[in-house]
Amino acid sequence: MTASSTNDLDITKNLENRKRAYWRANVKLMLILLCVWFVISYLCGILLVEQLNAIRIGGYKLGFWFAQQGSMYGFVVIVFIYSRRMSALDKQFGLDD
Amino acid sequence: MDLQTLTFIIVGITFAVYVGIAFWARAGSTHEFYVAGGGVHPVANGMATAADWMSAASFLSMAGLIAFYGYGGSVFLMGWTGGYVLLAMLLAPYLRKYGKFTVPEFIGDRYYSKAARIVAVVCLIVASVTYVIGQMKGVGVAFSRFLEVDYGTGLVVGMSIVFVYAVMGGMKGITYTQIAQYCVLIFAYTIPAIFISLQLTGNPIPQLGLGSTLTGSDTYLLDKLDLIVTDLGFDQYTTSARLSTVNTFAYTLSLMIGTAGLPHVIIRFFTVKKVSDARKSAFWALVFIVILYSTAPAVAAMARLNLHQTISPEAGQQLAYEDRPSWFKKWEKTGLLEFKDKNDDGLITYTADPAENEMVKVDRDIMVLANPEIAQLPNWVIALVAAGGLAAALSTAAGLLLAIASAISHDLLKGVLLPNISEKQELNASRIAMAGAIAVAGYLGFNPPDFAAGTVALAFGLAASSIFPALMMGIFSKRINREGAIAGMLTGLVITLLYVFQHKGIMFVASTSFLGDMPANWFFGIEPNAFGVIGAVANFAVAFAVSAVTKAPPQDVQDMVEEIRMPDHAGAPVEIEQSLDH
Repeated sequence: MTASSTNDLDITKNLENRKRAYWRANVKLMLILLCVWFVISYLCGILLVEQLNAIRIGGYKLGFWFAQQGSMYGFVVIVFIYSRRMSALDKQFGLDD
Repeated sequence: MDLQTLTFIIVGITFAVYVGIAFWARAGSTHEFYVAGGGVHPVANGMATAADWMSAASFLSMAGLIAFYGYGGSVFLMGWTGGYVLLAMLLAPYLRKYGKFTVPEFIGDRYYSKAARIVAVVCLIVASVTYVIGQMKGVGVAFSRFLEVDYGTGLVVGMSIVFVYAVMGGMKGITYTQIAQYCVLIFAYTIPAIFISLQLTGNPIPQLGLGSTLTGSDTYLLDKLDLIVTDLGFDQYTTSARLSTVNTFAYTLSLMIGTAGLPHVIIRFFTVKKVSDARKSAFWALVFIVILYSTAPAVAAMARLNLHQTISPEAGQQLAYEDRPSWFKKWEKTGLLEFKDKNDDGLITYTADPAENEMVKVDRDIMVLANPEIAQLPNWVIALVAAGGLAAALSTAAGLLLAIASAISHDLLKGVLLPNISEKQELNASRIAMAGAIAVAGYLGFNPPDFAAGTVALAFGLAASSIFPALMMGIFSKRINREGAIAGMLTGLVITLLYVFQHKGIMFVASTSFLGDMPANWFFGIEPNAFGVIGAVANFAVAFAVSAVTKAPPQDVQDMVEEIRMPDHAGAPVEIEQSLDH
């Protein structure tokens, strides 16, 4: 085997590893953010709404606030973080366009 | 100037702007217009997506639903925004990387099968047509009020305008028209909300006003509202759950998954330059959507409070029918508001008890339009709301019709049935498809199954059970094959449709329902509108089971899945107008 083809093989292998690592990082970030997504809407806004309603912020009962305000602000933050982190990952793994 | 003239002027100006933009976008070469700039900017695309997304249901119906359901209306708020989280993380970037024109095209390629593509087209058409029905109802309500005619006439006028607008050429330059429509609808929604919030609480920000005390008292607005409605025998506003917790959970999840699976929203992400722009665009779309959605609960609670306080200014006091305000008379004319003096005392009694209640009909869809009048805001604000409602309905109808037309002409005709037709024939076919879709939706708009948001909710169930799982599995699993995907999509669609039809009537004609629409007959107490998630679970399960016992997808398809997961080397963006011509 010539030196150059070993090199090509290394580069290909390297790229494959990089792509695999990138995908793993992507899926991990996604799962963390999906947990947050679940907590702020389904947990705070639906399943625990009665318990949270015992707490008040101003005129809002907290559970009601999560269901009609807080969850939506949370979604915006989640998508913002995802977009920012993924752009950083794209660069880190040399996969940006 | 009287209200009707003012409404004509404001609606006329906004329509002139939309047509002007469409004309201007067409005047320069479309190719140069988009490609020289390298795709639509993420912020612009986000705004267009928001307009495309926010329909008559969001604009007219949602606050009305929340006003009458209270806490129970939260499913729409969380469901229709939370879906963007799924869309941004699970679908948009990968479908942009794939970079073709339509959603069925992706399914056809990923599952290497024309049959899969046809199944996807069928799912898309059923979901989109159901959704257009909701728009037609909204357009009918808006026009009947603004022309002061009955609902049927309003609907016909609205259908004609959508027809001219979408079929005769308003489709061109759709992205920029939608940006203008977003601006109109967001002003129309927030300005009356700011006025009313100021009037009631002294706080100009409706989101904060809703949590504040009423002007000149120490009582919080929400506490006052809870007190008024419970005194009249209604459920407490801030805690009234619709049906069971299981149902609330299922309904919210169905709306979220459905949102992410709606083809007319997904195709918007094909128009940006790069994969990272698709993510940014999803963020901006959600920001623009949440501006309206976070205002809606304030609009809802304040409208309900004002409505009750108009009819009964103090506890025990009642408004005489003779003295009813002019908005009351105008809405009576449309048939969407009805009063019957059951005890012949000439006073209006509004309570939860159906035997005594004299407000026999208060259509929820009128709340947003009536709200500024109830609050006695200046006429130009009321006229602006009418223009906003029409902008919302038109922008969504246009986006949906585009999705339906491209599915029929591009996927069904060009892709499968008649691969040799010319571009011109394809374009004509798509126009005929649009006209057909408007006619069907208009007919069903005359026999509306439910209030507008309810109809729309069914479309989400269908998108959730058929399209979303197929797309998600296509990206996140390399093992799902042709057989699995087709069996899964059909299972999801059939289960959801059967469940809806058996309770709601075939094609929503109530007399054909063979299992009455009542909680006792519901599976785990889940209402038909909330059933999409069950269909989706069945879809996933069947797809995995069938794929496990059949052959893995060919190597080139597995490579394609690897490829779309990586954001580099994305091809050129899609020009949404041109997708019709291809």
